[in-house]
Amino acid sequence: MVGLRPLLWPGVAALIASPGLAVLALVALLDAAPPGETERLLDRYALHVLGFTVLQATLSTILSLVFAVPLARALARRPVFPGRGIVIRLFGIPLVLPAIVAVFGVVAVWGQNGAVNAALGKAGVAGLGPIYGLEGILIAHTFFNIPLAVRLLLPAWESIPGETWRLAAQLGMTSWPIFRLIEWPRLAEVLPGIAMLVFLLTFSSFTVVLALGGGPGAATLEVAIYQALRLDFDIVRAVFLALLQVVICATVAIVLFRFARFSWSEAGAGRITMRPDSLGRPGRIGDALVIAAGIFWVGAPLAGVALSGLNGPLAEVLARQDVWLAALRSVLVGLGAGVVAVMVGLLLGATSCDLAMRRHRRRLADVLEIAGSQTLIVSPVVLGAGLFVLLLGHVRVFDWALPLAALVNGLVSVPYVLRLVSPVLRRTAAHHDRLCASLGLAGIRRIVWLEGPLVLRPLATALALATALAAGDLTAIALFGTEREATLALLLYRALGSYRMDEAAVIALLLVVVCLAIFVAIEGLGRVVARA
Amino acid sequence: MSSPGLELDGIVFRQGGWTLAADLVVRRGELLALIGASGAGKSTLLSLAAGFERPLSGRILVNGRAVTDLPPASRPITTLFQEHNLFAHLSALDNVALGLDPGLRLTAADRRTAQEALSRVELETMAHRRPGKLSGGERQRVAIARALVMKRPVLLLDEPFAALGPALRRAMLDLVSRLARESGLTVVMVSHDPADARRIADTVAFMDDGRILLTGPTDSVLDSPVLPELVRYLDPDSDPGPP
Amino acid sequence: MSRTVTFLSAALLTILSARADTLDVYTYESFVSEWGPGPQIEEAFEARCDCTVRWTAVDDAAILLSRLRLEGGGGDADVVLGLDTNLMAETLDLGLVRQHGLEDLEFDLPVSWSDPVFVPFDYGYFAVIYDDEALPQPPASLADLVTGGSGADLIIQDPRTSTPGLGLMLWMKAVYGDSAADAWRSLSSRVLTVTAGWSEAYGLFLEGEAPMVLSYTTSPAYHQLVEGETRYRAAMFEEGHYMQIEVAAMVEGTDQEDLARDFLRFIATPGFQGAIPTGNWMYPVIDLGDDLPDVFRELPAPAVSLLLPPKDVGAMRRQWIDEWLEAAIGE
Ligand SMILES: Nc1ncnc2c1ncn2[C@@H]1O[C@H](COP(=O)(O)OP(=O)(O)OP(=O)(O)O)[C@@H](O)[C@H]1O
Ligand SMILES: [Mg+2]
Repeated sequence: MVGLRPLLWPGVAALIASPGLAVLALVALLDAAPPGETERLLDRYALHVLGFTVLQATLSTILSLVFAVPLARALARRPVFPGRGIVIRLFGIPLVLPAIVAVFGVVAVWGQNGAVNAALGKAGVAGLGPIYGLEGILIAHTFFNIPLAVRLLLPAWESIPGETWRLAAQLGMTSWPIFRLIEWPRLAEVLPGIAMLVFLLTFSSFTVVLALGGGPGAATLEVAIYQALRLDFDIVRAVFLALLQVVICATVAIVLFRFARFSWSEAGAGRITMRPDSLGRPGRIGDALVIAAGIFWVGAPLAGVALSGLNGPLAEVLARQDVWLAALRSVLVGLGAGVVAVMVGLLLGATSCDLAMRRHRRRLADVLEIAGSQTLIVSPVVLGAGLFVLLLGHVRVFDWALPLAALVNGLVSVPYVLRLVSPVLRRTAAHHDRLCASLGLAGIRRIVWLEGPLVLRPLATALALATALAAGDLTAIALFGTEREATLALLLYRALGSYRMDEAAVIALLLVVVCLAIFVAIEGLGRVVARA
Repeated sequence: MSSPGLELDGIVFRQGGWTLAADLVVRRGELLALIGASGAGKSTLLSLAAGFERPLSGRILVNGRAVTDLPPASRPITTLFQEHNLFAHLSALDNVALGLDPGLRLTAADRRTAQEALSRVELETMAHRRPGKLSGGERQRVAIARALVMKRPVLLLDEPFAALGPALRRAMLDLVSRLARESGLTVVMVSHDPADARRIADTVAFMDDGRILLTGPTDSVLDSPVLPELVRYLDPDSDPGPP
Repeated sequence: MSRTVTFLSAALLTILSARADTLDVYTYESFVSEWGPGPQIEEAFEARCDCTVRWTAVDDAAILLSRLRLEGGGGDADVVLGLDTNLMAETLDLGLVRQHGLEDLEFDLPVSWSDPVFVPFDYGYFAVIYDDEALPQPPASLADLVTGGSGADLIIQDPRTSTPGLGLMLWMKAVYGDSAADAWRSLSSRVLTVTAGWSEAYGLFLEGEAPMVLSYTTSPAYHQLVEGETRYRAAMFEEGHYMQIEVAAMVEGTDQEDLARDFLRFIATPGFQGAIPTGNWMYPVIDLGDDLPDVFRELPAPAVSLLLPPKDVGAMRRQWIDEWLEAAIGE
């Protein structure tokens, strides 16, 4: 066919750019690992870090799910109540909130001088202990993952057909049989996948643990890699821990890809079904309490960020030039990452679509798309550490801090681009290939007239998401950045680290506003251009 | 004369600007076919009878007793839907037994009852299969068996056989008709095919835009339709012109 | 046309010469905070050098070494300020610093000093600072501290990143020798948190998160002099206190050799040293005479001052840190 062969090359290029880079980073790491040192490295410290990483990830997963299931159930049982849409949207916020901002929010609410302790103090009750360490990590991780799990769980409920509820009503089923016979079997299908995803995410947690860990005892592998590389210049240890991280994540991810069954749908549209167990007063009160608790858990840190920021020394901090320069750097890193993500994602998507739809190599196409999602396995810290080791001694790494941070963040966001763009490309190929062939529409003209307009909207969304996420990221910039080239996230981390909470409050709010503005601006621009 | 098996008396129901207002009397032990265009309100009418929806006004009576304010479980009514009548992870036997105890706390006698019901729908050998391993017709027979063990005098069918092939559908209709008459059930069956009605129904009710326009013996309603809406429904190609 | 060229090259020259007059100093955060000695020193030095001092501040001093290594001689640094005797040997061995070539420097230190590379800029003794109101009976010895724990009441710093953290590690090594690991295991039960830097630890302490923090015998001087507050005191230990001499050096990759040398010479003058006692809250390395606040003379002096030979520390630091890591994670 005309004009198809060249489509293979973008994929190859993107493959080199994304998973290829990860492999290169791994090779660099392996290369830097001198043989015979494993005994020194697999010492009690390494084992402890591994143990702590597993422990906190396991606890985070269990806690997240134990609270997410009743919360999702309560939401599913109440398909219509005023403000339900807002609650669902609230639960979407942590997914895009910069982790370091969330950390600030958690400290503002649960910290020694936080809102909860202030309230307890007023009530004359003994305050909470310090949150640095496991407690703080778990609070922050559940803040992120309870809403994530809820949004992944809700479709399981919504997939229960209305007839089933009518049947249950007719049979006179009460709450417990309904859970046991109707809901649990559905949950059992999706829970393992969600559990593994949450485990993987918290296993690779960096920012939360860095900021709330409080010492060498409470470090994840990711943080230990960073500390070994940036603080201790113990490259050998960094490399060893990075390889450990990759092996474990790869194992979990392979299991996840093989067995997990869950769909990410626009959850919570709220299908109207009458459930027999939703009418009674105790159930209604119980659900209200559970939903209120969920709103508090997720909303309080967010409110903490907003209120502390507005009550903080706004004028003073916003008058600082370094703050605005940092904001500018955040935006630049974000835009750079967005462009990287979109380019790599689009190229991978185009080639994978070509393979799947026109060459009938569906498997190969899937492999290509999974390869684009490698950042679940080769985490940003590992990728960054690999690049660091690769570049060390060849270029002045710190001079390239912003581009490197943009690159790493861009690759992290490739999966979002793929998920948003790939279905559109495949659909176009399925619907219009024959028509295009008969019209002789191919190459650039086809892209301009056909794919371009269709892909523009999802592409803008992907760009907006990748840009906003990268603008708020701490991981890569902590690895590559210096004090002189700080982004907002780094400034915030440093303000938190030196306990300048007033300043941190304003920066946290500014960071949220910047990320939000980026997202809205790019998404809106995409909409306008697509309509034109 | 004894009180009717099912009576809808002055029912009014509104949903999104669309109104249903209907009266219907089904005699005890009678098999009534409810026909009408898509969107006419047939399913809604059954939902009202079963208690899945609450009417704004009007009364619903079963064997002369008002059930208007009862929840679905307390009404002497069972329903068979077009699909999703079974729980996918329970065996056929357990699905039937749910009709005996909604929490599945079963006695030996319960199991026997369920097994007997399966025999009545000729599925005694498939008691331990899950719905995924049953054909569409077999699945609906399991659901019928469950309706039987529930021993409720009124059975509502909302196109339960619409997805089956013609031969199988006829067999299923015959089965329902036989079992209903054996147990003396009052049946309301929604159908889109007049042939279904002809095959087993004593009476036909015709619905149009939320109203029951006509009720009468099957043959007389279907064979010589006079009502223009009904004529259009039965033969959309003919256009008798404005009434 | 040619006028444009002239103008442009002139502008370029201005930019270049502006760059040429910048002295990059890498140091730790508390040194250049608005209350630290940095601003005053910057002003004093800029007044005499006709140059710009540009600070780069990392969390704490031990990171300076990693930072220079990571930059591999390719960074901006001209002077590194804040390493201490414990990190000297390694820094030297790695070829990260060069000889200053100053011969006439004189110091007033508890030990004699003549080093061709490192210039001391202050000194002090590590100590556990406690809050009198929260902890009426502080430990009287390191042994007390190590064994007397009954809850998480101490904040310390990480020896990988912080020179006080490193100092405590060596202090333990000097007192406990080969059984230091066991002592650490015992001590870690009362450690609330291990921070990366001194600023963070001291901030947490002042916020009341714990009644004890690892700092210096001189820290109470700040509270007395600035706040008139006497509740924060140094717990004096029978075994003695580990000494810290903080040093500066010219970075191997400097492009401002003369300026860097001037700065190192400036360190040993009252212009720099005058800012130390009430800026960095450490002892100055020259005799300031009456300019040294009385509080510093009244501060308790350690019974014994401990200091391991820099060469030994250089050779063993990594191994000891591994040992510390294993012990400090405290199972
Ligand atoms: N959940 C709902 N909300 C609002 N309107 C509804 C809802 N469900 C059905 N309707 C409307 O109510 C009317 C009656 O619907 P109903 O399902 O009872 O029709 P039906 O006669 O069973 O049609 P069909 O033969 O297609 O099953 C239709 O106009 C339909 O659009
Ligand atoms: Mg219907």
